[in-house]
Amino acid sequence: MLDIQNLQVCVADKPIIKGLSLQVPAGEVHAIMGPNGAGKSTLSYTLAGRNGYEVSGGSATLNGEDLLALDASARAARGVFLSFQYPLEIPGVPALTFVRTAMNAQRKARGEPEISAPDFLKRARAVAASLKMDMNMLKRGLNVGFSGGEKKRMEIFQMAMLEPRLLILDETDSGLDIDALKIVSEGVNALRAPDRAMLVITHYQRLLDYIRPDRVHVLAAGRIVASGGPELAQQLEREGYEKYETAA
Amino acid sequence: MADIDTIQTVEALAGDKYVHGFVTDIEQEFAAKGLNTDVIRFISAKKNEPDWMLQWRLDAYERWLVMDEPDWAKVSYPRIDYQDLYYYAAPKQKDGPKSLDEVDPELLDTYKKLGIPLREQEVLAGVQGAPRYAVDAVFDSVSVVTTFKAELAKVGVIFCPLSEAVRDYPDLVRQYLGSVVPVSDNYFACLNSAVFSEGSFVYVPPGVRCPMELSTYFRINALNTGQFERTLIIADKGSYVSYLEGCTAPMRDENQLHAAVVELIVLDDAEIKYSTVQNWYPGDADGKGGIYNFVTKRADCRGDRSKVSWTQVETGSAITWKYPSCVLRGADSMGEFYSIAITNGRQQADTGTKMIHLGAGSTSRIIAKGISAGRSSSTYRGLVSVHPKARGARNFTQCDSLLIGKTCAAHTVPYIEARNASAQLEHEATTTRLSEDQLFYVMQRGLSQEEAVQLLVNGFVKDVLQELPMEFAVEAQKLVAVSLEGSVG
Repeated sequence: MLDIQNLQVCVADKPIIKGLSLQVPAGEVHAIMGPNGAGKSTLSYTLAGRNGYEVSGGSATLNGEDLLALDASARAARGVFLSFQYPLEIPGVPALTFVRTAMNAQRKARGEPEISAPDFLKRARAVAASLKMDMNMLKRGLNVGFSGGEKKRMEIFQMAMLEPRLLILDETDSGLDIDALKIVSEGVNALRAPDRAMLVITHYQRLLDYIRPDRVHVLAAGRIVASGGPELAQQLEREGYEKYETAA
Repeated sequence: MADIDTIQTVEALAGDKYVHGFVTDIEQEFAAKGLNTDVIRFISAKKNEPDWMLQWRLDAYERWLVMDEPDWAKVSYPRIDYQDLYYYAAPKQKDGPKSLDEVDPELLDTYKKLGIPLREQEVLAGVQGAPRYAVDAVFDSVSVVTTFKAELAKVGVIFCPLSEAVRDYPDLVRQYLGSVVPVSDNYFACLNSAVFSEGSFVYVPPGVRCPMELSTYFRINALNTGQFERTLIIADKGSYVSYLEGCTAPMRDENQLHAAVVELIVLDDAEIKYSTVQNWYPGDADGKGGIYNFVTKRADCRGDRSKVSWTQVETGSAITWKYPSCVLRGADSMGEFYSIAITNGRQQADTGTKMIHLGAGSTSRIIAKGISAGRSSSTYRGLVSVHPKARGARNFTQCDSLLIGKTCAAHTVPYIEARNASAQLEHEATTTRLSEDQLFYVMQRGLSQEEAVQLLVNGFVKDVLQELPMEFAVEAQKLVAVSLEGSVG
């Protein structure tokens, strides 16, 4: 599914990712953990295709297709979804309008017909109910005046609606209280599927109690410095990142 | 990175995207070049005007000669040589009654290209759900045709070119013309009073709700010709009318002057809704050519509980200097101003409103949205003035500016005067930049860059767009998108 080989990324001419390799097979959930400044957000932005993240070497493919050659919207149409650490506010554009516009743009790019308004609403209602979201919230300007937790829930709503192939969750647990964390995690877990891959990026082990990863990778100074099973996350929680930072 | 792209793309596209820039090849009759009493007499004679109208013009001209061009607006342009302009241009045609069949096919074709319905039967037999509205089509200095006049007359509504009203309804015209915007109100209004050529006249009798949208479509075609239209709308007691004006012009390297005057009179319990979709040619990417849009629009809410609502979508013109205003004279009268002003390329806009509260309990509401892209500059300039007798007057003002790229500018210049302690005035203003963060967020969900800009901008202007009559809202939304095409690299 996702195959990253020896990826090198510079931001403002400064190398941040320095030879990162990672494979996430379909159906698996991988966690990326690491100290601040290790390159976690740079990795998610690079995979999503943000301007200013210059790839200076290596490759990243999704189901064999070169992701790095595509712009952000084309990657989205191929199923890349990034749940933002800090979701943006879009005044004047209701969440429902936003998601429907996005869905139809993706469908158009894939040569599929647009979704009809009744079908879209039916699905939106069902997904909103599963995330315990009020439909009125979806009729207001996207994320405008929302709390941190509401914004994260809105990210999961969009993700569930758009049904991506590769899900990247960037620090989804930040700003969430324990109840919201449970709801959001349940939403993510419901999206686990044999044809989907997930990359869960987090600083703390806490999120991984709710979203159980198949593999855990430690990212330090722009490289994967250790990989293991879920137990690696427990170990990091106990021992911290110090030994990896000095090793890197 | 993005910003260099932005500038380059804007420069490449600013002039090319204007779709109404064609020239109609038609034989036209001009007044002699320049401005003097002979030219004014020529215009007046062309319109078969009574002597009082000619005297009115000549009086305005005398006053104009001693006035100075205003320089307080935040716009800059080379001095206009008023003797190097034509003040009258009209397509040559035979005298006599004008049925549509006698109108030059070139002209009909022009309006067809612009998408303006001139044949009533086509409008009536049109596609289901097609907009049905009356049109006064003005081409340079004359009206080509006015549709649905007969049907409107059945309910007593007068809708005709102003020059016709001067002849056919002299009492109404004499009573109201210049009563809202006095002859010497300002330099451009005074010039207009001397040389005004064509515009629309509307009178809605007491208690009548005008059965359809009225609209005037202004087209500048002739080279080096100023357009000086003048519109006069009177809503008598308890009546209602919704009126829309649209404007386009060919792409030319020379700047063209457009100095219009619009006067609205609203009596007790009456309401006028006045919408403008202004799409004059904005000039090319280097600022060459384009219309100078120097316009005076004012409503006099003379009656108690009278109401005026101005809605404007300003996307065109090289320079816009325009402040649709409300004089809230009647008790509990109400003024509204909803504005979207978009500048791209090298456009300059200095626009806003004046709400003059004279009557007790008068209220006003201002929602102004400015969008600047390219190397353009956009200024909101507004006055809210509460006079001593306006007990309990209220105003709410919201001015939002959106910047696209790093080479444009936005300014907000609000003036607030309260001379009655019971007045409640609120003012909110924001300036935001269309951020890379927002664009990336939207693109990550699958929208192309152009689509992402459109979505963000539509969200920004939504509060104003929804004030437009439904028939025109969709059109305006498209225009907003086209105006900003290529504004982000």
